[in-house]
Amino acid sequence: MSPWRAAARRFRRNRPAVAGAAVVIALALAAALGPLVTPDPLAQPDPVRLQDQPPSAAHLLGTDPYSRDVLSRTLHGARVSLLVGVGAALLAVTLGAGVGLAAGLGGRRTDELLMRGVDVALALPRIILLLVIFAVWEQAPAGAVVVLIAATGWFQTSRIVRAVVLSLREADFVAAARALGARRPGIVRRHLLPHVAAPVIVSASLDVGNIILLEAGLSYLGLGVRPPTPTWGNMIMDGKDVLFSAPWVALAPGCALVLTVLAFNLAGDGLRDALDPRVAA
Amino acid sequence: MAGERRAAGRAGPERRTALGVLRFAARRLAFAVVSVAAVVVITFLLVHAAPGEPMLGTPERTLVPPETIARQRALFGLGRPLAEQFVRYAGNLARGELGESFVLHRPVADVLRDALPNTLLLGGTALVVSLLLGVAVGALQAARHRSRTDSVLGAAALVLYSVPVFWLGLLLLLVFGERLHWLPMGGMTTPGGDAGLSWPRHALDVARHLVLPAASLALVQAAAVARFQRSALLECLGAEYVRAARAKGLSERAVLLRHALRGALAPTLTLAGLSVPYFLAGSVLVESIFGWPGLGRVTYDAIFARDYNVITAVALVSGILVAVGNLLADVAVAVADPRVRLDR
Repeated sequence: MSPWRAAARRFRRNRPAVAGAAVVIALALAAALGPLVTPDPLAQPDPVRLQDQPPSAAHLLGTDPYSRDVLSRTLHGARVSLLVGVGAALLAVTLGAGVGLAAGLGGRRTDELLMRGVDVALALPRIILLLVIFAVWEQAPAGAVVVLIAATGWFQTSRIVRAVVLSLREADFVAAARALGARRPGIVRRHLLPHVAAPVIVSASLDVGNIILLEAGLSYLGLGVRPPTPTWGNMIMDGKDVLFSAPWVALAPGCALVLTVLAFNLAGDGLRDALDPRVAA
Repeated sequence: MAGERRAAGRAGPERRTALGVLRFAARRLAFAVVSVAAVVVITFLLVHAAPGEPMLGTPERTLVPPETIARQRALFGLGRPLAEQFVRYAGNLARGELGESFVLHRPVADVLRDALPNTLLLGGTALVVSLLLGVAVGALQAARHRSRTDSVLGAAALVLYSVPVFWLGLLLLLVFGERLHWLPMGGMTTPGGDAGLSWPRHALDVARHLVLPAASLALVQAAAVARFQRSALLECLGAEYVRAARAKGLSERAVLLRHALRGALAPTLTLAGLSVPYFLAGSVLVESIFGWPGLGRVTYDAIFARDYNVITAVALVSGILVAVGNLLADVAVAVADPRVRLDR
């Protein structure tokens, strides 16, 4: 049985992980299809009489201070969270894997330079720097949120990938391939990348939850993806002002956030245990 | 254990003397200085790379008197070549001149001086609580590995780890402040009651106000510490020196508390040092919810008001605090863990 199929089998036996993966898929479907059947999340049908309505048949999760439908905004918010979370995590691990490969395969000087840079970058206050960027760059498009979160989040992955490459570079099976006349690109593709893939997949999947929380924190501060586009963060900001009189406005997006991040973390933990049986607990 | 430590010292590449630790600390200090310098340069470049010229945005033009803007532009040499601006900026920093807050109409340095101690109190309390709670829960889980206790605590930690800290703050405020009236809803002291109180009563008053914001920050971080501590301990429990301690006939309790926990504490100390940025960012989100008059509240207000000088100064102070956190963690680990090599 190939190692990948063995890992898939280990993952399937891990019930919390499967549940997490199922919730992730359900959320993706809800985010994609839900907004087709719910009211316009920006519509303010009656800002005076319909504001802060408790949950009812017409508005299943109630309305917010601008009379907008909370359910439909929560579903729209899922799009932002999922796109930013998954997009930034994928971009970050791609960057990290690229730099890690370059450091591991390049010469001593390249390695030294890259890893010293990563040391310094890891010591920087990432979230505070993101706050500064978005505070001064008011009209940042959604793509910039993805790119900047990824650009400040690949350092750890590059270290992991470099360590894997360094440990394998002198391994017997790589030496054998070289002795048999394999060229370097072939060795990298056939022998190194498969080993790099597992830790990269694990770090991407464990990253998604953190990135979703990071984006929510930014948009709670009114930064990044801006109102009136609904995000779970800015919905909680709206709900904060009516927390005592209309708690559902902040509760709905908050519960959605916890559920989503929890699902990604469960699936991520499961992937880690499945792909790296050594650390499985 | 003591014999092991001496042997490791002799065999190591550098003798573990006080001088060795000092040299190590000096190298880490140099690194901290480099990372603070990086924060200064990056913040400067970010602010200038952003579209629009600093201090000429709409909010400034409508809210700030033109004289103040002219004074600040002169102070920072805005409109001059970028290199000259940077030299001026660095010179101002060296003199502790951080400019003036547009919104508070006070020097930024004064604003920070008032706010920083409150944030250190909040963040420090949360850090200590999260470490104690996280290590205790993680140790209990590792001791009862694969038991019901382990899985229940593990699930609780995973859920808490997935909660946005600002939303947890709002929930705690709603439940314990508004609905149950157990704890004050905000601020740092009871309004009006401040002047006449003797110091123990004053301390108690502050402590009551501290509970909810500190709990918001600490609970989420404790979940991260517990998850980390559990797997570090499980790894240590399989290590040879722990097997040796068991073979010596020590009770499982003594093995866990005196030997395994000690080995697992070093990575946890590192985690604590690395968590400084989390507490800083968390304080931006949480202090405003509870009206805690600290650095986070100042930052929050500055973001909404585009108070440019305050935002850049906060980034700088954060860079320093983060570097100090990393430095302290590195040195604490080097002192505590004989396996750390000092020559790197």
